[in-house]
Amino acid sequence: MTEPRRTGAGPEASDPRQTWELRLYVTGRSPKCARAIENLQAACEQHLAGRYRIEVVDLLENPRLAADDQILAVPTLVRKLPPPIRKIVGDLSDTDRLLVGLQLRPRKG
Amino acid sequence: MPKGRTTLVTGGTGSGKTLLGVQFLVAGAREYGEPGVLVSFEESAEKVSANVASLGLDLDGLQRNGLLVVHAFRVDPAEVIETGEFDFQPLFLLLADAIERIGAKRVVLDTVEVLFTVFRDRAIVRAELGRLFRWLEDRAVTAIVTGERSDGLSRYGIEEYVSDCVIVLDHRISDEVSTRRLRIVKYRGSAHGTNEYPFLISARGFVVLPITSVALDYAAPEERISTGVARLDHMLSGGLFRGSTVLVSGTAGTGKTTLGAYLIDSACARGERALLVLFEESPDQVIRNMRSVGLDLWRWVEAGLLRMWAARPTAFGLETHLAILAQLIEEFAPPVAVLDGLAGLTHGSCVAEVASMVARQIDLLKKQGITVLATTLAAETETSTIGISSLVDTWLLLRNVESDGERNRLLFVLKSRGSAHSNQVREFVLTDRGIELVDVYVGSAGVVTGSARTTQEARERDTKLQRDEDLMRRQREVRRAIIEGEARLAVLQDELAAEKAEIDRIERRQQHQTADVEEDRAAMASRRWADQAGDERGQR
Repeated sequence: MTEPRRTGAGPEASDPRQTWELRLYVTGRSPKCARAIENLQAACEQHLAGRYRIEVVDLLENPRLAADDQILAVPTLVRKLPPPIRKIVGDLSDTDRLLVGLQLRPRKG
Repeated sequence: MPKGRTTLVTGGTGSGKTLLGVQFLVAGAREYGEPGVLVSFEESAEKVSANVASLGLDLDGLQRNGLLVVHAFRVDPAEVIETGEFDFQPLFLLLADAIERIGAKRVVLDTVEVLFTVFRDRAIVRAELGRLFRWLEDRAVTAIVTGERSDGLSRYGIEEYVSDCVIVLDHRISDEVSTRRLRIVKYRGSAHGTNEYPFLISARGFVVLPITSVALDYAAPEERISTGVARLDHMLSGGLFRGSTVLVSGTAGTGKTTLGAYLIDSACARGERALLVLFEESPDQVIRNMRSVGLDLWRWVEAGLLRMWAARPTAFGLETHLAILAQLIEEFAPPVAVLDGLAGLTHGSCVAEVASMVARQIDLLKKQGITVLATTLAAETETSTIGISSLVDTWLLLRNVESDGERNRLLFVLKSRGSAHSNQVREFVLTDRGIELVDVYVGSAGVVTGSARTTQEARERDTKLQRDEDLMRRQREVRRAIIEGEARLAVLQDELAAEKAEIDRIERRQQHQTADVEEDRAAMASRRWADQAGDERGQR
């Protein structure tokens, strides 16, 4: 499955026991946020089927969480596990960049 | 600051943008009852509080009292990846939350431009910021947005969205001395000064100077105050006008500082406060030196009447000097101020700048009705190095005159506006009892001073003495002649009396003789029984 020389995906990506904890910050049901949720679910199903958990946090409910969690823009996806923490900003419409951001870059094809 | 609008403050690193913002919030919270929100994109909340705490701004306290909300975002461009569209809704939510919760009226975003470095999609950042500013305006929130300054106003052109008021902070280094300046580039709907205003970050925070009102509208009191030197007061027909400006110029070692110290001494002796700004010496040094001419300034310092402030001219930029002076004046409110060693300010700065600075200093002092004595080093005779002569009301010139192998000090009153003044040169003698002004000897050889004057005086004394002696001798001679004459007169009178007596005697004898002859003749006749030979005798 993997190329011997390039390890674009982190070691944890290939670890089948690693659970991915993802948190997506949104503000209400704006089109951008809805798109982000859709895109994230699609990508996770494709690459992390069965070993991911997505938590959607609506900042409308608790705006001050934005300051605590250092969320400046929405939608923001935070990879809490595996470490290190990564932040991905945007509606996640660019799947390639999403995967790079999650360090889940798959082999093409 | 324009209320309900957004102001852009741009400036380079370390120009005081954050401080300006924080002070704006603190002032709002403390003095105007307007709570505020600080959103920092550069530093953590703790760091911001710690930084401004050293300037006496207590952010934590304000936060506890619900007058301030601080949010800090530390965003590292390296850990953020963008995929697709996004917006800054969380920021809006946070601000809305603060506005609702504590009734925030003021918002500071420091430094908004960081967002451009974090997020790659500048079009979105730009659009979002534009939306943010409009949003703030809609809520009648007064906002300060800080931006990094580059060639233009701000690196990413935020000024396009913030069109109401733009302030530029500058930290300029000229000849190795740095000066902070502030300039209002744009302020819609308000008359504003377009000059660059120097400002200062001091222990009290951010201080902009109320300077350069070039208007000549200060009051001119008639009251005169003493310079502390009686003869000098006399030369100025009664002293200096209160609130006037005196320039004392002269070459090195002519006693300029001493004159200043005298003014201070006399002010303090009247119970007035005085400010002594030293650009050349330390306070201790001046106190010691003045003791050598019999002035004890230390007692005034102890009595709280004299405030001394010394700083090397090169310690700060000119504007900073001005700022500090302004602050001292505000705090201490002295009726009398002495600025010693203005010329020192020319070190490292161009003369035109110094002149403008000094002009502003004088202006500042004058507007407060403060009597100022400024001393400056002047190489030539009738020009001061920094060309401020037209600004001053009274100009005293101290000059060293070298003759007969010694240097002596001369004092002239070059001008004294609105007052009759002596046109004479005085010799200025510093003794351990203080300043003495001595008439110079003006003779055929010109002005004579110092020991030459003393010699001349001695010579004059000699001449006079001799003249006196001559007269005395003449007097004695005449008196003796009179006495002699009188004596001779007495002798003559004696002789006269003797002669008279002789004549009397002779006459008496004559009478006796006549009588005797008659008697004899009668006796003879009787003896001879002579007849009356036709006369009386003959009948007897």
